[in-house]
Amino acid sequence: MQIKPILSALRKHRLSTILIALEIALACAVLCNACFMISQRVSATHIDSGVDETSLATVQLTGYDSTQAPDVDARALAALRAVPGVQSVSLLNSIPFGSRRGTAGITTDAAGEHFGGVIEFYVGGPGSLQTLGAKLVAGRAPQMDDFHAFTGFMPDEGSVQITQALAEHLWPGADPLGKEFWVLKSHYRVVGVLKSLVRPDPTGWTPEQRQWSVFLPAQPGPYLTGSYLLRASPGDLPRVLRDALAALAKAVPEVVIDRENSHTLGELRHDVFKNDRAMAGMLVGVIAALLLVTSLGIVGLASFWVQQRRRQIGIRRAIGATRSDILHYFQTENFLIVTGGIVLGMVLAFAINLLLMQRYELPRLPLYYLPIGALVLWALGQLAVLGPALRAAAVPPVVATRSV
Amino acid sequence: MFAYYLDLALRSLKRNKVLTALMVLAIAVGIGASMTTLTVMHLLSGDPLPGRSQHIFYPQVDASPAGYAKGGPLDMLDYRSAVDLWSAHRADRQALLAGSDVKVRAPDARVPPLMVPMLATTSDFFAMFKVPFRYGSAWTAADAASRARVAVISSNLNDRLFGGADSVGKTLRLKDSDVRIVGVMDAWRPSPLFYDVRAGRFAEGQTSSFYDKPEDVFMPFFSGLEVNDGNFWQFTCWGNVATPGHLQDAPCVWVGLWVQLDSAAKVADYRAFIAHYAQQQKALGRFATTQTRMPSLMQWLVFNHVVPSDVKLQTWLAFAFLAICLFNMIGLLLAKFLRRSSEIGVRRALGASRGAIFAQCLVEAGMVGVVGGIGGWLLTLLGLWLVRRQPVEYADLAHLDIGMLGLTFALAVVASLMAGFLPALRASRVAPALQLKTL
Repeated sequence: MQIKPILSALRKHRLSTILIALEIALACAVLCNACFMISQRVSATHIDSGVDETSLATVQLTGYDSTQAPDVDARALAALRAVPGVQSVSLLNSIPFGSRRGTAGITTDAAGEHFGGVIEFYVGGPGSLQTLGAKLVAGRAPQMDDFHAFTGFMPDEGSVQITQALAEHLWPGADPLGKEFWVLKSHYRVVGVLKSLVRPDPTGWTPEQRQWSVFLPAQPGPYLTGSYLLRASPGDLPRVLRDALAALAKAVPEVVIDRENSHTLGELRHDVFKNDRAMAGMLVGVIAALLLVTSLGIVGLASFWVQQRRRQIGIRRAIGATRSDILHYFQTENFLIVTGGIVLGMVLAFAINLLLMQRYELPRLPLYYLPIGALVLWALGQLAVLGPALRAAAVPPVVATRSV
Repeated sequence: MFAYYLDLALRSLKRNKVLTALMVLAIAVGIGASMTTLTVMHLLSGDPLPGRSQHIFYPQVDASPAGYAKGGPLDMLDYRSAVDLWSAHRADRQALLAGSDVKVRAPDARVPPLMVPMLATTSDFFAMFKVPFRYGSAWTAADAASRARVAVISSNLNDRLFGGADSVGKTLRLKDSDVRIVGVMDAWRPSPLFYDVRAGRFAEGQTSSFYDKPEDVFMPFFSGLEVNDGNFWQFTCWGNVATPGHLQDAPCVWVGLWVQLDSAAKVADYRAFIAHYAQQQKALGRFATTQTRMPSLMQWLVFNHVVPSDVKLQTWLAFAFLAICLFNMIGLLLAKFLRRSSEIGVRRALGASRGAIFAQCLVEAGMVGVVGGIGGWLLTLLGLWLVRRQPVEYADLAHLDIGMLGLTFALAVVASLMAGFLPALRASRVAPALQLKTL
């Protein structure tokens, strides 16, 4: 296939060629960035929670005073433990993907000079870390005498388990066991490291911050109450939760069951990422519409060119060109235009990515998106041009002998 | 002449239905996508209090220890500063506010106890923010002064508890107190819920909660603090809180103060007043810094980046898409016009000027724009319907108003005229002699 005659023919249609190439370039840039954003959103929804989500559910009670708490708590716990199928019930102030009650800023020195970041304190009663199923990778789990009674938001000292991600952030490269940190005057010592434990509200934080959690053991009391973690076998969980809510309505009729926040952890995870899923869905829709419009543009222009060149095609056929020669001519022409568009599009894709990195703190576009985007557009171009090109190949040589 | 061009355009468009349909589709899809996102942007970035917002300010002073608040005062006030500033009554209107969840039982209604958001505020709130009432009215200053147990409820709560009937005079049990309803608000949906906007700059762009509905229960500030004691939310604290939810003497910021200042002179006076207050408090040793800030309502919304970053991203995306649709349309129009080169050659030879050909081609492009605009309008309605089905706080706000409807058509026609400009120019430069020769 000779490319030179095609190029000189395109020079005659400079404007249309440039337009189609620009359209392809813009499509390529949007396609690469939109696909990248989709993958970011989808990978965000797959964040590792570090807990046995499939066997966990939570029940939230509100609408009672701290003075009533011990009584309400005793009745609620008794009712929950009596529900058939419940393997364990424990108290935990914050719930992964659910209620958030322990967000605080920490410092890595007693004077409060070195700010460590805003982290999540999971303040839990005895057994709650086991109920969660969070995996310990170093140090030890909480022991009975780690659970202190407290007033206020949380105990003002304690031996805690922190996530690997937080340990690496606070003390990069160092062994976190035995390290200390402070919240104002409250003092905590690291005795264990958890593989991961997601924050209750991961979407409000940067990807790096989403695992900045600490488990702080505490005795149930007036301020650790009403937020229960239930464990049951995965298949049985929806039924157990339903029965638990019904049992609570009977056992503690005077309090308000916060049904909006009482769900299985699977449901809570689904809810937390609803925006990301909606956005990913929208991006998929845009990409589909984009490819459709681009291919329609190629079809329209190629049809026009075929019709315009009917006579020339007839002449070429009359002097010996085969049908496949004509077919290949249009296919090659399309390939050249799309290639031009893709080259420009890659530059544009990176420019847009730079802009997004600044404005939306998106990471850099991985290079492998570019060849994939190019392949998609090449395939799209060839598919779109096939119809008009076949029509061109079907032009009979006799056309050459007729004027117009 | 214009009617003749219209006729010509119509004939030309009919001649090649597929190409015409492709163009109309391209412009309709582009317009539909960009108008959907633009409408959402318009709804989310608008003025929540038109005609009044320029007089509304959010004064801030800083009671936190040195180095605690970086980059200006904290987003809310501590109790003492808030009450000091409020009781000085230096503004035309002023409202304190503090948020909590309150347990509601209605002895008259057969509904299980509910938890609903409650705002403890002062009586100017309703007049200052132009809150509409369906039944009754706001409480009086005398009610507030005598710490009367009265409340205003939202129409939403009134529907839930009393089936929408006039509930003024009825009693609600809020936590453990009986409170008399004095007013029921009419539907009121400021977008965003500006008086509760704060901490937007820490939200990583996830700000759709700023578009939530107003609270369901409103109580006079001081009696509200008594009734729902132990349930109030702090914005942040720099010391331990002895009793969570009881923050009057806690080292926390948790009270908002909004003021209405009707003239520039009053604004300057009020700025001087809070600066003086901060200096005085520093001299007394209660404040560590004298930093103050008093943004106007709209400045405060900008400061908090109220429009969710996803919405901005969608708008960018939609306009990139519209650009692609326009490139597409330019190409198709070019093909369409140049295909008629011989016809144009004849018309030119018969005396039509270049301008006439140009005008005729533009009329044709404009016609595509109008039809595309209708398609775009339908697709915008579809797009907004999809937005309303999304699980976001602002979903119920997504409706097309008259202004945006007009803009849809204007955008469609302008876009298609822009797209038609280059092809029309090309068509008007067709050399008549060459075309006639090949005829």
